[in-house]
Amino acid sequence: DLTAGTASLGGEEEHGPVPGDGAGPPAPERVLFPPTFSVSEIKNKQRRHFMFLRWKQQQRKEKLALKKKRRKEREALGDKAPPKAVPKTIENQRVYDETTVDPNDEEVAFDEATDEFAPYFNRQTVPKILITTSDRPRGRTVRFCEQLATVIPNSHVYYRRGLALKRIIPQCIARDFTDLIVINEDRKIPNGLVLSHLPDGPTAHFRMSSVRLRKEIKRKGKEPTEHVPEVILNNFTTRLGHSIGRMFAALFPHNPQFIGRQVATFHNQRDYIFFRFHRYIFKSEKKVGIQELGPRFTLKLRSLQKGTFDSKFGEYEWIHKRREMDRSRRKFHL
Amino acid sequence: MHSDDVVWSMLGNRQFCSYKMTTKTQNFCRNEYNLTGLCNRSSCPLANSQYATVREEKGRCYLYMKTIERAAFPRRLWERVLLSKNYEKALEEIDENLIYWPRFIRHKCKQRFTKITQYLIRIRKLTLKRQRKLVPLRRKIERRENRREEKALIAAQLDNAIEKELLERLKQDTYGDIYNFPIHAFDKALQQQEAESESESDAEREEEDEDDEDVDKREFVEAEDSELSDFEDMDKLETSSEEEQEEEEEVEKKASHSKWKGKTPLKGPARRKRPYIEIEYEEETEPSTKTKTA
Repeated sequence: DLTAGTASLGGEEEHGPVPGDGAGPPAPERVLFPPTFSVSEIKNKQRRHFMFLRWKQQQRKEKLALKKKRRKEREALGDKAPPKAVPKTIENQRVYDETTVDPNDEEVAFDEATDEFAPYFNRQTVPKILITTSDRPRGRTVRFCEQLATVIPNSHVYYRRGLALKRIIPQCIARDFTDLIVINEDRKIPNGLVLSHLPDGPTAHFRMSSVRLRKEIKRKGKEPTEHVPEVILNNFTTRLGHSIGRMFAALFPHNPQFIGRQVATFHNQRDYIFFRFHRYIFKSEKKVGIQELGPRFTLKLRSLQKGTFDSKFGEYEWIHKRREMDRSRRKFHL
Repeated sequence: MHSDDVVWSMLGNRQFCSYKMTTKTQNFCRNEYNLTGLCNRSSCPLANSQYATVREEKGRCYLYMKTIERAAFPRRLWERVLLSKNYEKALEEIDENLIYWPRFIRHKCKQRFTKITQYLIRIRKLTLKRQRKLVPLRRKIERRENRREEKALIAAQLDNAIEKELLERLKQDTYGDIYNFPIHAFDKALQQQEAESESESDAEREEEDEDDEDVDKREFVEAEDSELSDFEDMDKLETSSEEEQEEEEEVEKKASHSKWKGKTPLKGPARRKRPYIEIEYEEETEPSTKTKTA
């Protein structure tokens, strides 16, 4: 009996005693398949499914066994064990960008001392922001503008009313505005953001996505108060990222009121800039709780233009060219 | 002329006319020479052998006329007259050309001409204003970008990153004196102790005083937490800066009450702080009693 059993095992897998029920006899420890056999060749769907599950179980067992073995080896070696391998992530494998900013770079520091944001960083100007939309904004965009105005201190919302940006800009400069934000709308949702630093500053055009208004955020806190929030800028590494980061920093006044305990975050991850607005509370010196308040959105930079908004004759510092720049999955620009 | 009636009774009423578009309320005529756009006995260009229309081409308006004499010559059927750019002059020209024509056609021609000039004016005005540039979305690319955004969001771990950054800032003391956590107080007090050398003797004295109470309090507190040592050290190091710290803590308590209005009440170390604050009060009174007895 035993020999007959093993002979059948040696040939095919247990086809006989498996007429097609789901349970079947328990899988043997070591199953032998002929080298050319594959599960996909079985015509009967139920049986094929069953065989596939069986195969999967085996794979999992083997994987577990392998892991255990490795762990035992590791423990056996003790101190002499090689360090754990770091898993590869996209951030790890990122193609090195030659424009990455070194914190001690003098050239960068000099550039930053003389660029358009120098007056802001030298505390000579106080940010004053004008927020507007494209023509005929729908309700969602209008509400988003209002919420954005509560988040950014010293900002004003004005209706567009069909005015040309080129005419608005000199008027804004005359009234001492430092920044202009235009929220572009398409099909009743905001989908673009143009951020222009006013006295001849650079203009950045972003594509905006996943906009959530305050009421759509779960577990949100109360309204943002009038206190000046802190600003967190994460992960802006390259020169381009640096200048964009400075643009964002220039929106907020320099002296954050820590009593308000509010923080606005611009986090760059793989060229997507996530904006969040939180209220934090330190529960202890090692733990902090945060509660999301304001609107949230993500931005992706489309173009950066020197000078104020001029789409025809402006000089573009950087444009996202899809054919060239989207070829590699590990290459990021911000 | 009588063939018009026949044509109309055939096309308009009964049989199929390929220019006719029916809707629930009205019938429209798609014929390009139609004057009003409706399918009527008087507006049908097929059923009227004497007919006129106004049409515009490239911004200029023309008057088209059809007479029965030319009905046999389809190529020369429609006579075209260019109307002047001046509105009033053009109306006069229409009147001139359509003199002795039925009132209906004259009237409708002038109406149509008015409408056309109005929309031409509008076109010219709009081209001067900003045009909306429509950029086509590519579905594959949109999907790809959305997916990448989701993955980037997961990789970003925003909450962790923000919390880490805030704790970093707390460590680097950007918040100044607002937050007074034990470890911070400990560090500060350590620094103060190193700075002042007189404090040592005071500390020893106070230690002896504290012992009586601390024995009782110690039992009480040990049941609660294990941060005992920190607090003990803190008490030992409480010297001339006692009062200041107490005041700070009072202020902090008040500030904290005002800060944490509707939110979760202070937990953990804050609560455990309070008995120790009381200890400090008693500490302060102790020397006075001591001096009395001494």
